Amino acid sequence: MTASQAPVAKTVGQLLAAKDIVIACGPGGVGKTTTAASLAATAVVEQGGRVLVLTVDPARRLADALGLKGIGNDEVRIPDEVFARAAARPRGELWAAMLDTKQSWDDLIRTHAPDEETREQILANPLYQNISGRFVQSHDYIAMERLYEIHCEGTYDLIVVDTPPTRNALDFLDAPQRMADFFSSRLLRWLIVPYRSRLVNVASRPFYQVADRILGTQFLADISEFFILFQSMYTGFVERAEAVTRLLSDRRTTFMVVSTLEATPVREAEFFSAELSARNLHLGAIVLNKVLPEYLRDPKTDKLAQSMASHAADLAEGLTDDPTVAARVVREVAESFLNFGVVARREAEQQAELRGTPDVLVTVPFYDADIYDLEGLLRLGAQVWD
Amino acid sequence: MSRSGRRRGSAASGSAHPEGPRGAGTGPGAVTAAPALLDLRLVFVTGKGGVGKTTVAAGLAQLAAEQGKRVLVCEVDAKGDVTSLFEAPPTDFTPREIAPGVWSMSMDTEASLREYLKLHLRIPVVGRIGPLAKAFDFVATAAPGVREILTVGKFCWEVRESHYDLVVVDAPASGHIVGQLAAPQAINDLVKVGLIRSQTDWMLDILSDPRQTGLVAVCTPEEMPVSETLELAERVRAETTVRLSAVVVNRVLPELFGQREEEIFEQLRGLGNQEVLSERAGGSVSPVLEAARLAVTLRRTRSAHLQRLQAGLPDGLPILLLPYLFARSFGARTTRQVARALSEELGL
Repeated sequence: MTASQAPVAKTVGQLLAAKDIVIACGPGGVGKTTTAASLAATAVVEQGGRVLVLTVDPARRLADALGLKGIGNDEVRIPDEVFARAAARPRGELWAAMLDTKQSWDDLIRTHAPDEETREQILANPLYQNISGRFVQSHDYIAMERLYEIHCEGTYDLIVVDTPPTRNALDFLDAPQRMADFFSSRLLRWLIVPYRSRLVNVASRPFYQVADRILGTQFLADISEFFILFQSMYTGFVERAEAVTRLLSDRRTTFMVVSTLEATPVREAEFFSAELSARNLHLGAIVLNKVLPEYLRDPKTDKLAQSMASHAADLAEGLTDDPTVAARVVREVAESFLNFGVVARREAEQQAELRGTPDVLVTVPFYDADIYDLEGLLRLGAQVWD
Repeated sequence: MSRSGRRRGSAASGSAHPEGPRGAGTGPGAVTAAPALLDLRLVFVTGKGGVGKTTVAAGLAQLAAEQGKRVLVCEVDAKGDVTSLFEAPPTDFTPREIAPGVWSMSMDTEASLREYLKLHLRIPVVGRIGPLAKAFDFVATAAPGVREILTVGKFCWEVRESHYDLVVVDAPASGHIVGQLAAPQAINDLVKVGLIRSQTDWMLDILSDPRQTGLVAVCTPEEMPVSETLELAERVRAETTVRLSAVVVNRVLPELFGQREEEIFEQLRGLGNQEVLSERAGGSVSPVLEAARLAVTLRRTRSAHLQRLQAGLPDGLPILLLPYLFARSFGARTTRQVARALSEELGL
């Protein structure tokens, strides 16, 4: 994967050729999953190699588009027939996997647990089940953890990751570090001291008095048990979390911010780009989806539409068999143009204000229809590629 | 001047939607089953990112205030988006009046913890709380649900204390809201005794009461938002005690043509006619006609998604349609437009 010798990629294609990991991030609802999948598929057609798209989106539509019955935690290969149906010839292999938070946590415990007994106790602990299944922060962490695991297996030339939809886009960046901090905390040591010795520990006594009153002794005991079990995996976990952090800032990893030009998403995208540079992470590309066509902003046409709206009847006279409806249609059409023009100009302004210094900035036009198959994904990919 | 989409709600009429969704209270059984949205005490507004969740929360608060209520609108993600929709500077944990009848606060779990300790444990002085807050930040991470409890608990507390007539929460995106709303129940299952347990009991009373608490799911008539809303409706029913009170469909495009208009449009687009039109107008009308075709196609795709939404939601659940706002920017003006549109949909 050394197609590009240039120091800075000028196209998305060059960027993908130069990197091992592409992390698609940004606000929710902007087509992140679709963009990630379409780039992975296009990379297979254009560049070859083994490419994996790792998604967190359980949408069945993506599985359908890739010709799969479903996508699970295990990586599956997209059959060549699916490419053939889309009139494309893959030069490599496209694989897909979906992040299953619970499953990934269980696997992680299996890897790190010192013995079978500890492993079973942790897996059965109600607190563990709560953390692994339900809570969002663990989702953020496990996404990065799984990426690291797959990366280390060395099976793929390129991994395109679609990050969890989160309003606070930083969460998943911080997740590995938070995990490491958490497990090296002094408070954790307090918590896992057997109960009787707590009474003699002057430093931790006020903490326990309050904790007891609020959480109840039984719950505290549950927490204690959980963390005593977890402590046996401490070193493995912290090392792992630190390795994940290193991988994110590795030069082979790049971030791709996906957004639309709607006010809120674009502000989040901007915030996210700034945070990436503040952390010295590589902002490879900004992809702007669903951008309205440029002709809507043309001032001459805008003037024309204004005049059409006010002289509709004269304009349409004698052209059809129904002058009343024709006049109304001309007026409606002109006003609709003016309406969309307002939005298109607002979007253009948003784009101009969008800061951050990506290597590549691309816009994707508003599509008439949703993307339902690989052909659609490849068509979208072609739009973004060069 | 901002041009707001005319023919609001017309997305529901026309040949594609023979029965058409209507506002609150007119669906079968809705009158008795669902209390009017504005009569609730606590409303969580959620939705997939980017669908206009905050705009709807602000519009709802504005409308309630116009109806003479004292409203607290709470931001959970602290981005200052809510206050900017009222042209006011960001607020912190202490509520501040940002428009007549509308107070705003942003959630801060640590501040919530301080308030909680002060109120319930009579733990004195802010100074000493520093290390304690750190300790609880830790416990909150260790014991999942505690953070959620502090967030949801604050809202429930405001309801119980009746400082406001209505508390509107600009809640986390739909992926996260279920975890938050389910937290009191989860904690209740995990914790058998202690102060937290007694707290979750009364919180659950408020959250589970459909006369007091409701969830509003916001979406747009697009594929993924509709799918996610349908999934959310199911998860809320299965995993939480909170009731889904309404679905708001935002950015519904106006219907440009009926069938007759479309025929005439095609005649006007005919080659000879297009040239005559361009000549008479003094410039090529082709981009204007092209834009109309785009508008029609967009609307048609969206109608299909809207129909899927209607078919997938439980009977009698109010579906409120908000028009696409062809506005230059989002601020006090659009908030008022949204409030007005909501008011019409609610039949006020």
